[in-house]
Amino acid sequence: MKVSDARVCVLRIEGTNCEEESYLSFKRLGAKPEKVHLKQLTGTDVTSDEKRSLADYQVLVLPGGFSSGDYVRAGAIFAARIKSRLSRDLEEFVRAGKPVLGICNGFQILVETGLLPAMSGIMTEVPEAVLSTNDSARFECRPTLLKKVNRGSCAFTTKIPSNKISAIPSAHAEGKLTFPVDRSKKIVKELDDNDQLVFKYVNPEGELAGYPWCPNGSTENIAGICNREGNVFGLMPHPERVFFRYTHPDWTRNPDGAGDGRAVFESVLGYVSKKL
Amino acid sequence: MQSQVTIKMAVAEVRVTLKKGVADPEGKNTLKALELLGFEGVRDVRSVKVFEIETEGEAGETKRSVEEMCRKLLANPVIHNYSIRIK
Repeated sequence: MKVSDARVCVLRIEGTNCEEESYLSFKRLGAKPEKVHLKQLTGTDVTSDEKRSLADYQVLVLPGGFSSGDYVRAGAIFAARIKSRLSRDLEEFVRAGKPVLGICNGFQILVETGLLPAMSGIMTEVPEAVLSTNDSARFECRPTLLKKVNRGSCAFTTKIPSNKISAIPSAHAEGKLTFPVDRSKKIVKELDDNDQLVFKYVNPEGELAGYPWCPNGSTENIAGICNREGNVFGLMPHPERVFFRYTHPDWTRNPDGAGDGRAVFESVLGYVSKKL
Repeated sequence: MQSQVTIKMAVAEVRVTLKKGVADPEGKNTLKALELLGFEGVRDVRSVKVFEIETEGEAGETKRSVEEMCRKLLANPVIHNYSIRIK
């Protein structure tokens, strides 16, 4: 399908706050994004004009923010609300190979719904991982460097060369990707074997260097993962905040051109144009 | 005159704790702050989340539905243990 026909659902509830940049990232590349409230998909408290169906979209984006005040756990309430009403629609969406992107709070939501890591099947009934409190116990907000470690499965990074280091900012207090303690090593190996690891936090030399390069103490410095098919992708840093070069920290020296985050949106729209 | 209607009610207390071996930065930070304040002999601090849930119905029924609440929302089994006490 043509990119100009690709409809993108940027899903929000109370407390979502990165929907505008996420929406604009798709808009600027010529797609048809729309900011949609969860109630529009579930059909509660909305007029018939406002009702939407998930099946009418080609891409689903869960943007960053603090949905439902991050109460209970980051992303847990949004995830519970999605699961209560949209489980089946969402499973069909993913099964059809349509791409789902979760940025920051969106990543937390994907993990809480069981759509990631989803090492077997599409969505697990209970979460298989969690994005827990940063080791520093603080909100970590600064540019971070991400190395692409994915070998080609992820639909969102096809236009990023292997091992390229992208400067994409992080801003979160709960970004430590954690697996069950007793099986963590085995799970990471399985994720690697399945080509589900996408980005790792690195230092400028491209090495895994721990804090502060990795802002949260994440297992194996992992910043982003995808499902087995590569059409569901979640990451803690914010590619939509570096769509243009001039929003990078070195903008006074390099003001022109594309920002490092833009390739994520170009990749997924490339996938849509080829596969859907 | 108000008629007296008795509705059976139960209060469940849910304690969500971190599993052994899971990092607890909030607990550790609190421990450090207590030490800085001069408290001696504090061996460890663990953060715990408590929910009080009022429900209609019998205690047994409540216990079952609160179990389900823990599974579906209140706890993430990757890092949490939970216990339920009906008050």
